[in-house]
Amino acid sequence: MKILVPIKQVGVLDEDFEIRDDGRDVDLDYLDFELNEWDDYSWEEALRLQEEFGDAVEIVPLAVGPEEAEEGLRKCLAKGGERGIRVWDDAMQGSDPMAVARVIAKVAEREQADMVFAGALASDHGFAQTGVSVAAQLGWSQVAVVSKLDYQPGDNSVKVNRELEGGLEEVLSVQTPAVLTIQLGINEPRYASLRGIKQAKAKPVEELSHGDLGLSDEDVGEAGSASRVRRMYLPEKGQAELIEGTPAEQAERLVEIINELKGVA
Amino acid sequence: MAEILVIAEQRRGELAAASLECIAAAVELKQSGGQSVVACIIAQNPESYVALLSVAGVDEVITVTSVEAEFQSDIFAETLQALIEQRQPGLVLVPHSIDAWGYAPALAVRGQYGFASDVFGIRYDGDDLVATRAAYAEKVHVEIDFPGRQIVLLTVRGNTWKQVEESGNPQITEFAMPAITKRSNHETFLEPASGGGVDITQAEFMLSIGRGIDEEDNVEQFAELAESMEFTLGCSRPIADNGWLPKYRQVGQSGKTVSSCSIYLALGISGSVQHMAGMKHVPNIIAVNTDPEASIFSIARYGVVADIFDIAEELENHFD
Ligand SMILES: Cc1cc2nc3c(=O)[nH]c(=O)nc-3n(C[C@H](O)[C@H](O)[C@H](O)COP(=O)(O)OP(=O)(O)OC[C@H]3O[C@@H](n4cnc5c(N)ncnc54)[C@H](O)[C@@H]3O)c2cc1C
Ligand SMILES: Nc1ncnc2c1ncn2[C@@H]1O[C@H](COP(=O)(O)O)[C@@H](O)[C@H]1O
Repeated sequence: MKILVPIKQVGVLDEDFEIRDDGRDVDLDYLDFELNEWDDYSWEEALRLQEEFGDAVEIVPLAVGPEEAEEGLRKCLAKGGERGIRVWDDAMQGSDPMAVARVIAKVAEREQADMVFAGALASDHGFAQTGVSVAAQLGWSQVAVVSKLDYQPGDNSVKVNRELEGGLEEVLSVQTPAVLTIQLGINEPRYASLRGIKQAKAKPVEELSHGDLGLSDEDVGEAGSASRVRRMYLPEKGQAELIEGTPAEQAERLVEIINELKGVA
Repeated sequence: MAEILVIAEQRRGELAAASLECIAAAVELKQSGGQSVVACIIAQNPESYVALLSVAGVDEVITVTSVEAEFQSDIFAETLQALIEQRQPGLVLVPHSIDAWGYAPALAVRGQYGFASDVFGIRYDGDDLVATRAAYAEKVHVEIDFPGRQIVLLTVRGNTWKQVEESGNPQITEFAMPAITKRSNHETFLEPASGGGVDITQAEFMLSIGRGIDEEDNVEQFAELAESMEFTLGCSRPIADNGWLPKYRQVGQSGKTVSSCSIYLALGISGSVQHMAGMKHVPNIIAVNTDPEASIFSIARYGVVADIFDIAEELENHFD
């Protein structure tokens, strides 16, 4: 029984940043990369199953992305798992979530995975799209925004809670194989130990191209995407009136404003 | 031009307000493009939603009688694929709801439609459809187009378009749900835990803390400040997820909407879409954040670029 866990290194903007010359993304120099918060939770969920069922469960993190994506894989491998997979080549530049999902699905097939745990959302673009697209590519069932899961390897269904608006949850059972997109708060992700971090450096990360997965150039990059970025731009600034000064002055002004608004003045 | 199809949503017998917002987006496009607007509802008793969906500008309401009382992803993906194949709309609009997270991308893959999620702007540039969404913690906006796609599916951000109030007189059509093997089964709903006498939806003045407070030990200080200011304490999701404050104090999409609030003091909250879903409407939002680019400032009335601990300390002097 194998669980594939797609993870993403997300870009976080520096305080000052510039849009790239072609106007279609932020200049990479102004981005810091970190593991998507949701993927910490999906990896933890996989780790827990692996610990509970031992050798019956293999867990494999997968990143679709250039070199900086490897760091995310190492971060996961520092907590467990024996190997990772990274897929990238130049033709994959400009891939939207649909194209990325096609790649993840191919890896799931190649690995003969039984389950895919994706994150519910990646914080960089907030698509909330990749996991469910992977399921459709594979012809698998799926549940999005899973806040609890109860699974025994080998079962042909899994019981999950799906988190809805307003904190309502739905309890449902879903056939496997399935893609589950994992929500924040489902567990408490552990910290990696120093030993784990050291060991992770020696764990193999297989590097694949789209061709290795039997995908053609039309399947990836802009050609394989369901959308294309035309331009990226800074939104107009909101109306916020900035309160300047020392903290003491700022606080004093805040008190005035609050009193005025309350009509206490 | 090909019609615009809007997919409405219900849960436990109640039409989602977001359905009507999607209709409003479609009606707005119709005003310049002239496309007909068709709303579709999939439910066990779809007729009961027809009156609500019959707002001015809607030309047709399609009812699909479902075998299920509640949302099920296979039913939605397969039924809508069949409907879209029959109708050939140019544009399909769906609320960016949790249900849609669970089926819309699958529908787009199955039908090979153009697709973008969480859009808050839609326009035509000549024949090209252009959708606007945000990226990098809402700090930039992105225009998306869909080269070569005849049919485009968009999930639409809530609280963006204003519901159309006037009613209309659309034609009513039935669409038969195809035979579907569903692969998941609804068991039950679990209600959110309610909170020992605290109902933030009733609070007039709120002081909400976010990840900027950094450590559980710091919660107390802000709880005391809220109390001395006579503000109700709220929080963003990470604070509740960490168990630092109970879930019933969480503001946002998966928490509560602070519908009675008139002053919302946001301390160390970045302003994610999901948090804003619960407080964006508040007339007087005051945000304190060290990051001048934090998106909370884009909806705040007053902004303070500062450390929340410095500001809290000073505020304490005023309210003690
Ligand atoms: C389906 C779904 C539902 C969700 N529902 C909700 C919901 O109901 N409510 C909710 O809040 N979130 C919800 N989220 C999570 C949401 O996406 C964000 O992760 C969350 O809102 C971030 O909380 P935050 O602003 O406190 O933290 P962050 O985004 O980490 O922001 C912390 C902010 O604090 C600032 N800061 C740090 N230190 C200081 C300091 N000393 N002084 C001043 N400022 C400081 C930083 O600049 C930053 O802007 C949901 C997500 C999903 C996928
Ligand atoms: N480039 C990628 N490589 C691996 N996994 C990804 C990638 N992009 C998205 N994902 C997965 O899809 C989830 C949701 O991302 P998104 O659909 O972009 O919001 C993430 O939490 C990951 O599990």
